[in-house]
Amino acid sequence: MKAAPFEYSRPADIDEACALLAADENARVIAGGQTLVAMMAMRLARPTRLIDINRIAALAYIRQENNKEGEAVAIGAITRQCVVERDALIAKSVPLLARAIPNIGHAATRARGTVGGSLANADPAAELVLSAITLDAVIEYRADGESGESPAREFYIGPMITTLPAGAVLSGVRFPIWRGKVGVGFHEVNARRSDFAFVSAAAQVELGDDGKAKRIAIGVGAATDFPLRLESAEQQLKGGALDDAKVRAALREALADIEPLEDLHASADYRRRVAVDLAARAVADARQAAQGKSHAY
Amino acid sequence: MRIKLDINGLKREVEVEPRTTLLDCLRDTLGLTGAHAGCEHGVCGACTVLFDGVAVRSCLMFAVQAQGSAITTIEGVTPGPGELSPVQDAFCETHGMQCGFCTPAMILTAHALLANNPNPTRAEIVEAISGNICRCTGYAQIVEAIALAAERMRGANRPKDAHP
Ligand code: FES
Ligand code: FES
Repeated sequence: MKAAPFEYSRPADIDEACALLAADENARVIAGGQTLVAMMAMRLARPTRLIDINRIAALAYIRQENNKEGEAVAIGAITRQCVVERDALIAKSVPLLARAIPNIGHAATRARGTVGGSLANADPAAELVLSAITLDAVIEYRADGESGESPAREFYIGPMITTLPAGAVLSGVRFPIWRGKVGVGFHEVNARRSDFAFVSAAAQVELGDDGKAKRIAIGVGAATDFPLRLESAEQQLKGGALDDAKVRAALREALADIEPLEDLHASADYRRRVAVDLAARAVADARQAAQGKSHAY
Repeated sequence: MRIKLDINGLKREVEVEPRTTLLDCLRDTLGLTGAHAGCEHGVCGACTVLFDGVAVRSCLMFAVQAQGSAITTIEGVTPGPGELSPVQDAFCETHGMQCGFCTPAMILTAHALLANNPNPTRAEIVEAISGNICRCTGYAQIVEAIALAAERMRGANRPKDAHP
């Protein structure tokens, strides 16, 4: 369980990191390392060079940004998961993240693990990836001295596979802020708490003054190659009161023809069944939380 | 590569290969074998140390990444030679260990918890140690030990003129 030899670089800024990455096709960027170092120990990964971005202070931030698309919370790539977990702006403006993050690994891995690392790693069961897809987050990166971005829903294309261009370094992510009577729900099932989820589900709901769903977003993770948005269910449920039977029917329909992953721990059928259940619970939680809110927060 | 570390309050300088994990550096280069090598890929928690005061898995980072950082291992939690920290004492008293393999990591994790949360609930203690596997005790006595240590440390920190 020892990593193969590699060269180590600690660039001072992200453009230097990009240059190092461009110079060696077997180089890898290391952020928190909570997946990569384990992969290297098992020699499933053998990078020739590690480009350590942990000390690029400009990549550690949580701040509100307002631009043409509206209000968003921007999070820098090397922001530690434990920092997001306890951040007041996140709790207020991206409550789904505050709910999802305690499910990532354990306290000791969240102390090192970063937001950007998890987003770039693209594990099908990653809570951060599910949150990004559910909330229509935008992934930001740098390559060749230029900035680029991609909607999370186009960024993920397979298990551990993203459309991040070769030589690019993920620099941050923006989560749009929903205002109004907003509630969130998050559920996952795993063998032991904090292990990889077999299925996870996230929901965010905004209720109008009539108590009907003005906006609704539902995502399911870990069940398929990468997390899914259940758009057809969202469309059916939008404008309705989100009563349980209708929610379940819509979810069942939306999940009817997904192709769930299958392994030793959970069959495809099990994953589909549980996905319906967890998503229904997530929507119910989100609705209740939104009802409990009288005004914008 | 040459790196400088602050290990248990002492400045140390060591020569390591980039691929040397912090865990191997502590054990093999610095002789601090209280950091245990269980799985060496991040699942057991036996290698936990305090990195700038925060509990982390030392097998999941390379020593070169720790350049300039302060690291506390189990060897560094005792107040003086021949003494035990309140957490260590509590583990002895409540039989919080059997074989002892998980123990240094459990104790450091408890120290990190109690530094931020002097009065944890049972659920918070369970959550804090949930990343540390123990194959012997069944965890009950470990939870008890941390609760006992917390109680004593709260008492010890009280200002002299505080009312009981
Ligand atoms: S040895 Fe580090 S987690 Fe097991
Ligand atoms: S006391 Fe033996 S593993 Fe915990």
